[in-house]
Amino acid sequence: MREINVKEITEAVKNLCMDANYELGDDVMTAFRRGLETEESPAGRGVFEALIENAEIARNERIPICQDTGFAVFFVELGQDVHIVDGLLTDAINEGVRQGYSEGYLRKSICDPFTRKNTGDNTPAVININLVSGDRLKIIAAPKGGGSTNMSRVTMLKPADGIEGIKNYVVQRAIEAGSNPCPPVIIGVGIGGTLEWAPLIAKKALLRPLGTTNPDPQLAEIEGDILKRINDTGIGPQGFGGRIYAMGVHIEKFPCHIASLPLAVNICCHASRHKEIIL
Amino acid sequence: MSDIIRLTTPLSDSDVGELKAGDQVLINGIVYTARDAAHKRLIDLLDQGKELPFDISGQIIYYVGPAPARPGKVIGPAGPTTSYRMDPYAPGLMERGLKGMIGKGSRSGEVIGAMKRYRCVYFAAIGGAAALIARSIKKVDIIAYEDLGTEAIRRLEVEDFKAVVVNDIHGNDLYKDGKERYCRE
Ligand code: SF4
Repeated sequence: MREINVKEITEAVKNLCMDANYELGDDVMTAFRRGLETEESPAGRGVFEALIENAEIARNERIPICQDTGFAVFFVELGQDVHIVDGLLTDAINEGVRQGYSEGYLRKSICDPFTRKNTGDNTPAVININLVSGDRLKIIAAPKGGGSTNMSRVTMLKPADGIEGIKNYVVQRAIEAGSNPCPPVIIGVGIGGTLEWAPLIAKKALLRPLGTTNPDPQLAEIEGDILKRINDTGIGPQGFGGRIYAMGVHIEKFPCHIASLPLAVNICCHASRHKEIIL
Repeated sequence: MSDIIRLTTPLSDSDVGELKAGDQVLINGIVYTARDAAHKRLIDLLDQGKELPFDISGQIIYYVGPAPARPGKVIGPAGPTTSYRMDPYAPGLMERGLKGMIGKGSRSGEVIGAMKRYRCVYFAAIGGAAALIARSIKKVDIIAYEDLGTEAIRRLEVEDFKAVVVNDIHGNDLYKDGKERYCRE
C-alpha cells in the first residue's frame, strides 16, 4: 500500500484549478492557428485572432481565459493500492477548489438552485472517481462554463433511429445552440450506456486532445461526417457566419440496453480547459 | 463588413439609427453591467413603481459577471454572458430608455420587436475573449447590489471596447445574414 496524504491532494487540486483556467492547451491553440489560416469569413478570422491574443494574455498574466471559470469537474483515477491518509479524498478535492478559486482570483459561480445564493467558494466540485490498478492517483480537472453547458442535451433515441438518427440529432443540436455556446466549439458525444452514463462519456470524449483521430474507424468516420455537416451550416465562429463552427467532434460509445439508444451531446466552448496530474 | 464606427455613450436615437447589423464598433464612455440576478431586481423595482439605481436613458448594459481582479488591475477577465437569459427583462428596460445591450447569442423575437419599437441595438462581444476584453475597461465602480458579488451592477468606463452590431433597429440580424452567406446546404 502506498500512502498519499490529503494535503498533497489539496495542493495539487488547487494548482490544477488555476492552471486549467490560465493556460489553454496546445491542442486548442493549434486549432485556433489553423482556424485563422483556413476560415473564409473575415469576421471569423477576427474571432480566431482575438482568441489567440486572449489566450496569450491569460497565460502571461496568470488570469483566467474566460470570466466563467466554470463548475469544478474532476475525473479521478484511484489506484487500488493507494491508501489515502489524514482525511477523505472528496474533502481534499473540495478544499483544493476552495483554495484555488480564492487564491487564483477565479470566479465563484456555484449557487443554490432555488434561492440562487452563491456558495461563495465554488464548491461543491463534481467528482467522478474510478478505481484502477496500481498505486498512483491521477486527477484531471475539467472546469466547465455555464453558457455552453446550457446548450448541451441528453436524449433517449429509439434503437430504430440508428446512426443516421444520432447524426441528425447532434447536427440539429449545434444549429439550435447557434451563437450561444461561444463557437468555435468542440462537441462531445456519448452514445449508449444508460441515462446517466451517456453524458458522462460525452464529457470524457472532450478530454481527448483536439486534432486527434478516434481510434475506432467507424466512430472516426461518423465524427468527420457530423463535423462537415455542422460546419456547412455556415454559422461560423461566434455565429458571425463562416466555415468553422466546430473545431472537432469527439465520440465515445458504450453498450446499451436492447430497448434503448441513449445519446448525450456536450457542447464545449473554445475555452476547453483541462489539466491533469499524477501523484 | 464596413469601417469601424466609434460610439460614445450615452447614445442618441440618431446614433442608434445609423448602426447596421455587421458593423464593427468601438464603444467609449460609460457602460453598466448587469446579468441574471441584477436584472430581476431592476424589473422588480419597475414593477413596484420605484426608480432604477442609475439613469438608464441612452445607456448600454453589458451582460457580464467579471472574475475577481488581481491586485493592481481594475477588473478581472470580463467577457459577455449568454443574452437570452435576459430576454424576459430587456423590453422593460428599453421602455425606460435603454439604447444598447452587449452580450452573446441570439435574442427572442419579442426582444427584437422591442428593439425596433424603442430604438435599441444589440451588440455582441467575443464570448470567451475575457482577458482581452478586460483591457478596454479602465475604471470600475460598483453602484448597486454589492451583495450579488460578480452579479452586482458595475459602472464601467471603457475605451475602444470592441463589439459588433448583431441586431439593428431596421430588423437586420447578423446571425441570420452571416449564416446564410456561408451556408453550404
Ligand atoms: S461558454 Fe465558455 S467561453 Fe463562453 S462564456 Fe461560457 S465558459 Fe466562457
